[in-house]
Amino acid sequence: MADSFEQYWAGFDRAQRERDVELMTAQDVRGALSAENPSPRDFLALLSPAAAPFLEDMARRARELTTRHFGYAVNIFTPLYISDVCTNHCRYCGFNAKNRQKRTHLSVEEAVREAMAIRDEGFEEILLLTGEAPRLSSPQYIADVVRRIRGHFASIGIEVYSLEERDYRMLVEAGVSSMTMFQETYNPELYAWLHPAGPKSNYSYRLNAPERACRAGMRSVGLGALLGLDRVEHDGFATGLHAWWLQRRYPGVDIAVSIPRICSHEGSFDIPHELDDRRFVQYVSALRIFLPRASITCSSRESADMRNHLVQICVNRVSAGVSTAVGGRVKLVETPPQFDITDSRSMAVMEQELAELGFQAVLKDWEDPTADRAEVSA
Amino acid sequence: MNDFFEIGGVQLKSRLFVGTGKYRSDDLIPAVCAASGSEVITVAMRRVDGSGRGIMGHIPSGMHLLPNTSGARTAEEAVRLARIAKAAGCGNWIKIEVISDSRRLLPDGYATARATEILAGEGFVVFPYINADLYVARACADAGAACVMPLAAPIGTNRGLRCREMIGVLIDEMKVPVVVDAGLGRPSEACEAMEMGADACLVNTGIASSGDAPAMARAFALAVEAGRAAWLAGPGAARSHDEGAAASSPLTGFLR
Amino acid sequence: MEQRNSLCVTVNGQERQVVAGMTVEALLHEMQVDPGRVVVERNLVILPSAEFARVPLLDGDSIEVIHFVGGG
Repeated sequence: MADSFEQYWAGFDRAQRERDVELMTAQDVRGALSAENPSPRDFLALLSPAAAPFLEDMARRARELTTRHFGYAVNIFTPLYISDVCTNHCRYCGFNAKNRQKRTHLSVEEAVREAMAIRDEGFEEILLLTGEAPRLSSPQYIADVVRRIRGHFASIGIEVYSLEERDYRMLVEAGVSSMTMFQETYNPELYAWLHPAGPKSNYSYRLNAPERACRAGMRSVGLGALLGLDRVEHDGFATGLHAWWLQRRYPGVDIAVSIPRICSHEGSFDIPHELDDRRFVQYVSALRIFLPRASITCSSRESADMRNHLVQICVNRVSAGVSTAVGGRVKLVETPPQFDITDSRSMAVMEQELAELGFQAVLKDWEDPTADRAEVSA
Repeated sequence: MNDFFEIGGVQLKSRLFVGTGKYRSDDLIPAVCAASGSEVITVAMRRVDGSGRGIMGHIPSGMHLLPNTSGARTAEEAVRLARIAKAAGCGNWIKIEVISDSRRLLPDGYATARATEILAGEGFVVFPYINADLYVARACADAGAACVMPLAAPIGTNRGLRCREMIGVLIDEMKVPVVVDAGLGRPSEACEAMEMGADACLVNTGIASSGDAPAMARAFALAVEAGRAAWLAGPGAARSHDEGAAASSPLTGFLR
Repeated sequence: MEQRNSLCVTVNGQERQVVAGMTVEALLHEMQVDPGRVVVERNLVILPSAEFARVPLLDGDSIEVIHFVGGG
């Protein structure tokens, strides 16, 4: 087995993959659909044009596997942006340093107040996000927030810039149980063009972050490409492979996958390979078939209608009550969002609609039974 | 719960039929019947010989008798035996068993279908014992059989649901009940047959050959109940594209 | 030598001498078989049990006496 996913991924030839995808047949797709343990090649078949006529079959197979591994439970979480100060220049992002917008950075106290407001809404799983500002939103700052809120949530996740292994270790000790890192694109050349400046321009460092988190004892690690930057047979394939590789290399870690599709934002960015709904659903179904045990998360970038349908197919984790404004519950600052939220359903509405579809909203997936839970103030 | 098995004009609570052959002692039969909760019991017919004490004295009252035509090698012999059974005055149910292959003991489907037609025409409630062959099953059903009884494995082999796939086909396709007969050696196998959607199971050797027949009868009864409950609950992880199950709403119909 | 007061019948495949005029019921009694528990075929025709006491056996009759036994 390769020493790192980066090494493993570098062994795949892009041009060869494009040829392979074109040559996939209905037989390859049927084989992939019925395989007990689908291989990477099976996954590619499911992403190929040959699989398009089998979309309903793929969705059914995805449903079957999701039911087997997750039943009808759907995990609910909510994100809290505690800072949008960012030194990166990612072309596609609303927090791009070149976007002249007011930036907000919450103090630890302010962040805690926001988190408590979230807790009062009933959430048990919270995801803390920052832009890339290593001095302002330092690992210590993040850890301070985490330590203050850890007694109030069953699970705290972070989706922040790439950190050193020792920082992940420190954060795990502070109370972080999950970490999400979107590679955005697994195409090094495209990556370089999309991230011209700032620490995030380092492709390798970012690509290796999930492994550092795994080694640091992170309980759950989430991956994802930003769909639309490169074609699905490249970035979608790479995402699945990344998750698959990590599952085998770090069997003690829960590997999860997110499926963000680019939408519009503040500033202009032409989406290179916009993913239409059919191809999107094909990709998500293929992910589930290839990775039956991985959590698949769909954020509020997608419409309520799409999320509802995806939950019925194979998505088992969704956000609710979302605001990508920094803070956004207590401190109602007019900060422009990182991306447009299409689905702004509150937790209560989300629970209700999921129930109508025959699914059960689960607010906590896991908690540390030895941790002291803080008193919930009235 | 009102999950009766309606057949031959009666409503049965128990979906386990038992047999009376091969017991260490016929004295076990009342205990087996009690432990199994069965309401249908099969018997065979033979000439009375010097030592022969019939079985009827051992069968609890109130059970529905299902005489079989074992020994018949042709349709005509089966018909004859059926009429003899009816003349005994214990009802008009008959299990048609036509076997001319004494090595394999597999039933002759053609003869069974012919006998079914004649006997159904005479007002018998016909339970044909067959291979899990869709054409034979349809011929019997079209001829007026009350159900079909496909074998799970050859008689007495206790080899379980060897014919699982083909029995599954019958369960999917037949409009008459499917009663799995022969070859069920373990309660788990009867459970599986019920879980697949069979309407009932007939177990003889599996119980009679056990070291503690009444206890095994109870085990089979529980297994049949469990399998039936599972079938009614509707298994979640069924392989829908394998079994060609009727489609529920399409998952991707919303995409246009 | 003719024995006018005995007949030769086949019962369950075996030849048997019976007294002339013997009824089926009497035959069953001789065989120590309970008439209530058997079906009788006389020359391949089922004999209703009401007839057991009435019908006399004839020379050359083939009688089947059948009862239920254990079976699956």
